[in-house]
Parts: sequence; C-alpha cells; structure tokens
Amino acid sequence: MESIAIRRKLTDRAMTGLFLFAAILVVAPLFLIFADLLWKGAKELRWSLLTDLPHPVGETGGGIANGILGTLTISGLAMAVGIPVAVMTGIYLAEYGRGWFASIVRFCVDTLAGVPSIIMGIFGYVLVVLPMKRFSAWAAAAALAMIFIPIVVRTTEEMLKTVPHSVREAALALGIERWKATLFITVRTAWSGIVTGILLAMARILGETAPLLFTALGNQFWQSRLDGPIAAIPLQVFTYAISPYEDWHDKAWAGAVVLILMVLSISMAARFFTREKKWKP
Amino acid sequence: MAIPTGNLKDRLFERATALFAGIVLALALLLFALLVRESLPALKKFGFSFITGTTWDPVAETFGALPFIYGTLVTSTIALLIAVPLSVGAAVFINDFAPPWLKGPVSFLAELLAAIPSVIYGLWGIFVLVPLLRDHFMKPVTRVFGWIPLFKGPVYGPSMLAAGVLLAIMVVPFILSVSREVMATVPQRQKEAVLSLGGTRWEMIRIVIGQHCIPGIFGATILGLGRAIGETMAVTMLIGNRPDILLSIFQPGYSMAAVIANEFTEATGDLYLSSLIAVGLVLFLITFAVNLAARWILTRLVAHASRGI
Repeated sequence: MESIAIRRKLTDRAMTGLFLFAAILVVAPLFLIFADLLWKGAKELRWSLLTDLPHPVGETGGGIANGILGTLTISGLAMAVGIPVAVMTGIYLAEYGRGWFASIVRFCVDTLAGVPSIIMGIFGYVLVVLPMKRFSAWAAAAALAMIFIPIVVRTTEEMLKTVPHSVREAALALGIERWKATLFITVRTAWSGIVTGILLAMARILGETAPLLFTALGNQFWQSRLDGPIAAIPLQVFTYAISPYEDWHDKAWAGAVVLILMVLSISMAARFFTREKKWKP
Repeated sequence: MAIPTGNLKDRLFERATALFAGIVLALALLLFALLVRESLPALKKFGFSFITGTTWDPVAETFGALPFIYGTLVTSTIALLIAVPLSVGAAVFINDFAPPWLKGPVSFLAELLAAIPSVIYGLWGIFVLVPLLRDHFMKPVTRVFGWIPLFKGPVYGPSMLAAGVLLAIMVVPFILSVSREVMATVPQRQKEAVLSLGGTRWEMIRIVIGQHCIPGIFGATILGLGRAIGETMAVTMLIGNRPDILLSIFQPGYSMAAVIANEFTEATGDLYLSSLIAVGLVLFLITFAVNLAARWILTRLVAHASRGI
C-alpha cells in the first residue's frame, strides 16, 4: 500500500517536471532568436541603415531605406484595397449572413485563410505580372491583399457578433434606420476590435516574403513607380541571408531587427486596442 | 434576428455589403481557376505521372513532383513529432500547473513566437540552428547510428531534419493555443471530482484529457500540419534544395513550397512555369484537404462538448 502511494506521488512529480520542461522548451527559442537578433544585428544597426540605399558587396555602410519604403508602399496598397472589401464582407456575414450564399462566402474565407502564402504569390504573378509583362508593386499588393482579406473578414465578423443584440434593438427602437444603426452603432461599438484585427493582419503582411519573390521581385534602387520592381525588407533579408558574403550576413541581421521592430510594434498597438475592447453597458 | 427591412436605403446597404462578400467569393474562385488554367499544360503533358514522377529536370523538360511532395511530408512529420508533445505539455502546464502570475507572460511569449516573420526564422535557422544541430546532434548521431538508413551521413547541415526542427518551433504556437482552448472546455467539476477521490494532479490530467481532449488535440495537430505544409521561407532556407528522394533525414531535400520559391523567376519556357504552378495546385489541394479535415474535427468537437455537458 505504502509503495503504491509513493509511486503515484513520484509519477505526479515527474510528470509535473515534464510539463514544466515542455513549457520552457516552447518559449526558449523566442529568447534565443531575440538574443541573436540583438547580438548579430547590432553591428550594422546605425542611422544610415534607415536612410541609405543598399551598397554593393564589399562596400561598408549602406542601408535598406528603399526596402522600408517599398514594404510600406506594398502593404499600404494591399490594405487600401483590402480594408473596405474585408470589413464590408465581415458586416455582411455578421449582420445579414444567413442562407446558402453566406455559408459559401464563409467557406471561401476559411479556405483563403489556409492557403499557403507562396500560392498567393502565384496569384499575383498570373493575375498582374503576366498581363503587364513586368514585376510590380501592384502584383505584390494583390498577393498581400489575398492574405490580408480573410484575416480581417473573420475578426470583423467575430467582433460584430460580440455586440449584444440589445444594442441593435435599442437603436432600432429609437427609429434609426437599420443601415445607420449598423454603421454608426453596431460597427462603432465593435470598432476597436475590428481595428485590432486590421493591425494584426497588417503585422502579418509586413513580414511576408514568399508572395513577394516573383511579384515585387526586389530592387537595389528607389522605385517611384508602382508598375515596376520594388524593394521590400523581407526580400532584402532573404537575399542577404542566402548570399555568400560575410558583410551581407550582418546586413541581413540588421534588416531583420528593423523588420521585427515594425511587426512587433504593430502587434503591440493591436494589443493596446483589444484592451479597450470590452463593451461596457 | 429577423428585422423586416422595408426601407430602400436599408436594402441598398445590405446589397452593398453582399456585393463585397461576392467579391471575396469571386476572388477565391478566381484563385482556384487561375491555378488550374495555368497548370493545365503540365498536367496534360505528364498526366498522373506528374505526381508520381521522381525526375525534375528542367533541361530535359521532364517534371515529376514526387521529390517535393516527399520532402514536404517528411519535414512536416518531423515538425509535428516534435511540436505536438511539446505544445500539449506546455498547454497542460499553462492551464493546470502554472501559478496565475505566470500564465499571462507564458502565453504572451507563445503569441510573440507566432508573430515573428518566417524569413527571420529562416535567417536564424541558417546561422544558429543549422550549425548547432550539425555539430551537436547530427555528427555525433551519425558516428554511432550511421548504420541506420534514417541517420546516414554525410552531414552537411542544411537538411530535412533542420527544416523540420525549425518548422516545429514555428507551428508550436498554433497547436498550443488550439490545445489550450480544447482543454479549457473540460468541465471544472470533472477535474475536481478526480482530485476529490484522492487522485494526483497527473492522474487528473491523464483521465480528464484522455477522456475529453484527444480528438481536439488531434484536430490541433492537423491544423499545425496545414501550416507546416505551406510554410515556404524557413524551409527554403534550410532544407538544402536537392530534388532527390533520400531516406536519411540528415540529407538535403526539397519541398513543394521551396521549389516554387526558388525556381519561379528562373523558369524559362512555358512548360517549366506551368509545372511549377502545377506544384502550387497540388500544394493548394493538399492544404485545402488538411484544413478542411481540421475544421471538421474541431467544429464537430465543439458541438459535442456543448451537447455533452
């Protein structure tokens, strides 16, 4: 009897230890990655990184300024197209969406959300690059919008559904037309949640590399046109990382630091908005 | 909530939102249609042997995608073998063992892992993970177990194992969060019942999780599989990019996403490009099926859970 009790207690201790160990192993890579980013990125981290064009191999200095501008341009275009489409679709699904049409749309959104990002690159290539016969910011934006839209549709729908029915009913009871009640009461109430979804989707597309490989293509110089190849930070990090040159590796780490700071600050902003989300009666 | 809408503006607004929903529907159909249309030349030429063929030779214009399908499956399997036990263990720890002040930070850190762009994982993989695995795992293991085909040398570094390990780190946050949600659906009363009968905490976990959460964890695993199969950059940078089917996980391989990423801009000739897009179509169909399965398992489970309690 005694020995069974001891064995059970020991097994319990051992399993507790294993669970703790698993939790440590899960978060450990995060610390390793951040430590390496700071350690290896520090060498090239200086002001000119943000203001200069890339320099050729062997020349010290140089920056990723064109990549920063390119990333913001492409993501901005994708969002300009994506936000209206996604938010309106979210409103449709949450406020009106019943029946077969809504089910099919929901199914498509779920499907799109699971499509690997490289395939969205093929989409941008076939839809924009082939007809225009040139790589362009437009093609990259088309690919990124395809990633952006399903995420925002989902969060918009979910957020609108958290708004209590009593809010809608109160608005309608006051004689407000339904479309006004939807836009100015229901959507307003869920707005911070919707913005959170938009910010999280933005953080996601800022860091996407695969869909840009054969749409944006990358560029060593400034690009003032939207119908030509354009630089982007993730592409620069990728090119520098797989190059055989030591000083380019340093630049890859520095570029990665800039990229992660952008992505994380937007994720943090999203968290800040969620905190305010709680609907108070 | 059926509120009658007689007003013209109301109907217009509803139509407008429906129009945008229609755009999303059209985009999804367009994506599929374009993939099929562009793949047709390659699929017509090679037929079923596109999937079963083992030769990928752009010069001879012979394209068989099996090496890539193989590489994708091997790396994803390695990733899941590592990620599932870790995520489930961590989920149990966060839900049932961690002191309250620790729960928030740990799940926050796991969320941060999910936010890191994959190209940064790839960068870290090339310069930190690969040398680490090569010198402290692969080399010693081949020295002792090199006679097992799975661990055969020579060791280069970039390999299916390295890609699989990195993928594991990347899918952990997803499996972790879904597992936690599944475990949170377990009624507190049942856990308390086990404890009140004198069970230890481990016995509580074993009984309750074994009873309730296995299908949910399976669903989470399939969801993780969907992510692992489609991941591009991290795998491209680590797998070694060699279109051969090799048994040893220490050898380089190639994945479907990686071959598209690497060869798309170099594809000279229509058949070459069409073959790459056909690889994309195969990848699309596989992830579609996998995600559908995961959603089916998870929604059915939620329905069950709400009915059962």
